[in-house]
Amino acid sequence: MRVAFLGATKGMGRALARLMAERGDSICLLGRNPEDLERSAADLGVYGNGPAVPCVPCDLENPESFTTAIESSSEALGGLDAVVVSAGVFAPQEELEADPELVERLLRVDFTNTVLFCEAAKKALLAEAAGTLCVFSSVAGERGRKPVIIYGAAKAGLTRYLEGLDHKHNGDGLRVVTVKPGFVKTSMTAGLQPPPFAGEPEGVARQVLRAIDRGTPVVYTPSIWRLIMAVIRALPRAVMRRVGF
Amino acid sequence: MAEPPLSTISGWGRQSALGRELVGEDLEKLSLRASLSRGLGRSYGDSSLPADDQRTVLNTRFADRILHFDQETGAIRAESGLALSELNRLLMPRGYFTPVSPGTSFVTLGGLVAADVHGKNQHRDGNFGDHVTALKMRVGDGSIIECSPEEHPDLFFATVGGMGLTGHILEVEFALRRIPSEWVWQENRRIHDIDEFQDALEEAASEWPYSMGWIDCLARGKNMGRGILMTGDWAEPEHAPPTPPKPGFRPSLRFDFPSWALNGLTIRAFNELYYRKQWRHESSGIVSYASFTYPLDAIRSWNRMYGRRGFTQYQCVLPREAGRSSARRVLEVLTARGGASFLCVIKDFGRESCGLLSFPRPGITLALDIAVRDDTQALVDALNEQVLREGGRIYLAKDSFTRREHFEAMEGKRLDEFKAVRDRWDPERRFQSAQSVRLLGD
Ligand SMILES: Cc1cc2nc3c(=O)[nH]c(=O)nc-3n(C[C@H](O)[C@H](O)[C@H](O)COP(=O)(O)OP(=O)(O)OC[C@H]3O[C@@H](n4cnc5c(N)ncnc54)[C@H](O)[C@@H]3O)c2cc1C
Ligand SMILES: NC(=O)c1ccc[n+]([C@@H]2O[C@H](COP(=O)([O-])OP(=O)(O)OC[C@H]3O[C@@H](n4cnc5c(N)ncnc54)[C@H](OP(=O)(O)O)[C@@H]3O)[C@@H](O)[C@H]2O)c1
Repeated sequence: MRVAFLGATKGMGRALARLMAERGDSICLLGRNPEDLERSAADLGVYGNGPAVPCVPCDLENPESFTTAIESSSEALGGLDAVVVSAGVFAPQEELEADPELVERLLRVDFTNTVLFCEAAKKALLAEAAGTLCVFSSVAGERGRKPVIIYGAAKAGLTRYLEGLDHKHNGDGLRVVTVKPGFVKTSMTAGLQPPPFAGEPEGVARQVLRAIDRGTPVVYTPSIWRLIMAVIRALPRAVMRRVGF
Repeated sequence: MAEPPLSTISGWGRQSALGRELVGEDLEKLSLRASLSRGLGRSYGDSSLPADDQRTVLNTRFADRILHFDQETGAIRAESGLALSELNRLLMPRGYFTPVSPGTSFVTLGGLVAADVHGKNQHRDGNFGDHVTALKMRVGDGSIIECSPEEHPDLFFATVGGMGLTGHILEVEFALRRIPSEWVWQENRRIHDIDEFQDALEEAASEWPYSMGWIDCLARGKNMGRGILMTGDWAEPEHAPPTPPKPGFRPSLRFDFPSWALNGLTIRAFNELYYRKQWRHESSGIVSYASFTYPLDAIRSWNRMYGRRGFTQYQCVLPREAGRSSARRVLEVLTARGGASFLCVIKDFGRESCGLLSFPRPGITLALDIAVRDDTQALVDALNEQVLREGGRIYLAKDSFTRREHFEAMEGKRLDEFKAVRDRWDPERRFQSAQSVRLLGD
C-alpha cells in the first residue's frame, strides 16, 4: 500500500505508521517541521527495513500547501492507495474560553483546514479510481459535552463531513474510514486524568489498520467506546446538564 | 504550555513522591523545563522521583524513535525513551540483541545508561555503559551537547551510572551484538550452600557468557545459601527450534495483595517449591531468550504482590578481596534479623565499570527483595554496616533506605570526583532527584 500520512510524527499516528512500515507499506510523511519529519522518516526506515521514507512539508495551518503536498507525495510513491490524517490539536475547554484566538485556531485546524486537506486528498484518490481516506475524528463529536464543547464541535463537523463523503463517493471507489478514538494515552492527553478504558496508541493502531484493510466506515477505538458512547448519546438532556463529563 | 498537574510519581518498589511529570515526544523542548529525566520507572527506589513537589520530572517514554541502525555493524542511535522490549521485538528477528540486558525488558535506553545496568554477562561484557559510543545531552547551562569517551569524557563517564544527575540524556548511540538465534541453551544446577555458590559462579564465568544464581533465602545453618545456578549461551540455529519464540500472554496483577499475603510462611513455601522443582541435580535445555532473560516480565505489575507499602531491593557488591565467605556473612545479617526475602539473586562481577559512580566491580553481588515493614530501615542499616566492613557498596538503582553517612563511607573518593564533575557542569544543581537529596545532600 502507498500511503500519504499527515500526523505520523507523534501519538497514534506514529504507532500506525510504524505498523504500516513494518509490514512493508510505502509511506510518505507530511508535516510541518522538516527536521522532525526526517527523524520520523529515519525511524520508519528502520521499522520498514527498506528504502528511505520520503518527506513533504505540509502545515494544517496553511491550506495553500495541501494540493502540492498531496501531489508531491503521490509523485514520491508513484501513486497513492491511501491518505491518513491523524494530525489535529486539542485544548481544554477552560483554556479555550479564556482565549478567543485559540478557539479560532482550533476550529480552523481541526475542522476547516482538515476538511480542505481531505478535499485535496479526495481528488487525488478519486483520480486513482480506488483508495482509502482514513481520518481521525473523535468520540468528542458525538454529543455536546461540558469539557469539550468547542473541540467536540469541530470533531462533530468533521465526522459529518466524512460521513457525507462516504455517502457520495463510496460507489466511485473512495473508501472513507472515520476513526473515533476514546481517551488514548498520548501527549495530547498527558496531564488529563485517564478514565477507565483509556487506550494505548499501539492498540489503537492495530485496530485502525484492520479497519483500513477492510474499509470499515467507522471505528470506535478502543472498541469499548462504541458502547460508552451509545450510553452517553442516550442520556436525556436533563442528565447531561447535571453530569461533569 | 500548561504546567502538568501535581501527581504521585512512584518507583518500582512503590515508594512515591509528589511532583509534576511532563511527558511528550519532544525532549529537546521539554527538557528545558525539568530537573530530572525518568524512563519507565523500573528503578526500585527514589532515583527517578522529583526532589520536591515544586519540581518537574520529564518522562521520556514517548521519545522512542530509532534514528539510525546499521544492519551490517549493529550500530544504533535512538531517542532515550526507546524501550528495550520494543528494540528486542524489532531487531532480534534481524539477528541483533542488546550487549547488556537487565532482568526486565521494560526499561528505556536512558535508564540503561543512567544506572549503567549490568546483566547476566557482566563477567564478560561489563555494563551497558561499556557499549555506549555517544550521548546527546541537555546540560546544566541549558545547552545541548554531544559527549562520548573522547568528547567531554568527564561528562560522559559521570553520566554513565550517574542516575540522571548530570543532565537529560536525549539520545543514545551504542553497539548491538549479533546473536545466532532467539533461543538460549540453558543449564541449571543445584547448589548446596553459599560458599559452593561463590565457587560455582567463578567456575561458570570462564565457560558461560551468561550466569546467575537464585538463592533460597530461608535456608539456614549448613543449608544457608543453597539454590540454583543458571547458566546460558545463545543456541546455534541448527540446535534451535525452526521458528522464533512466540510472545506469551502476559497477565497483570490488577489489585494490591493485602500486606499479610507475603509472610514468612508463603515465602518459605515458594522458596522450598522452587528449590525442589530443580529436583534433579542438573538439567538443561533450549528456552526462549525471554524466559531466560526476563522471567519476571511474564506477569505485569508483579510489584503489586507486595501490597500498598511496597518493597525494596537491597543490592550490594562485595569485592573479591573480601574473600570467599563474604556473601555468607551478609546473608547471616539478614537471617539473624529474621528478615525474609522473597527473591534473592547472586551473581559474580568480573569487570570494573567505566562510569564514575557505576555500581559493579569485580566480586560477588547479592540482590534481596524485601517487603517494606516497620523494621526495614534497621535491617538495611545493619546490612550496610556489614557491606562497609567487607569494603563493598550498594546499587543506587535499587536503593531507598541507605543513609547518607553509609553511602559516603562506601563511595569515598569516587563521590568527590562525581561532585567535581557536577560542580563543573551543573554548579547550581539544576538536576536533582529525591535520591540525590537523600544521599548527596542536594
Ligand atoms: C524486574 C527488574 C529486574 C531488574 N534487573 C536488573 C539487572 O539485572 N541489572 C541491573 O543493572 N538493573 C536491573 N534492574 C533495574 C533497572 O534496570 C534500572 O533501574 C533501570 O535504570 C530502569 O530503567 P528505566 O527506564 O525504568 O529508568 P527509571 O527507573 O525511570 O530511572 C532510573 C534512573 O535513570 C535516570 N534516567 C532515566 N532516563 C534518563 C534520561 N533520559 N536522562 C537522564 N537520566 C535518566 C533517572 O533519573 C533515574 O535516576 C531491574 C529492575 C526490575 C524492575
Ligand atoms: N489522544 C486522544 O485521546 C484522542 C481522542 C480522540 C481523538 N483524538 C484525535 O486523534 C488524532 C491523533 O491524536 P494523538 O493523541 O495521537 O495526537 P498527538 O500525539 O498530539 O499528535 C498530533 C499530530 O498532529 C500533528 N499536527 C498538529 N498540528 C499540526 C499542523 N498544524 N500541521 C501538521 N501537523 C500537525 C502533530 O505534528 P507535530 O509533530 O508537528 O506536532 C502530530 O503528529 C487527533 O486528530 C486527535 O484530535 C485523540
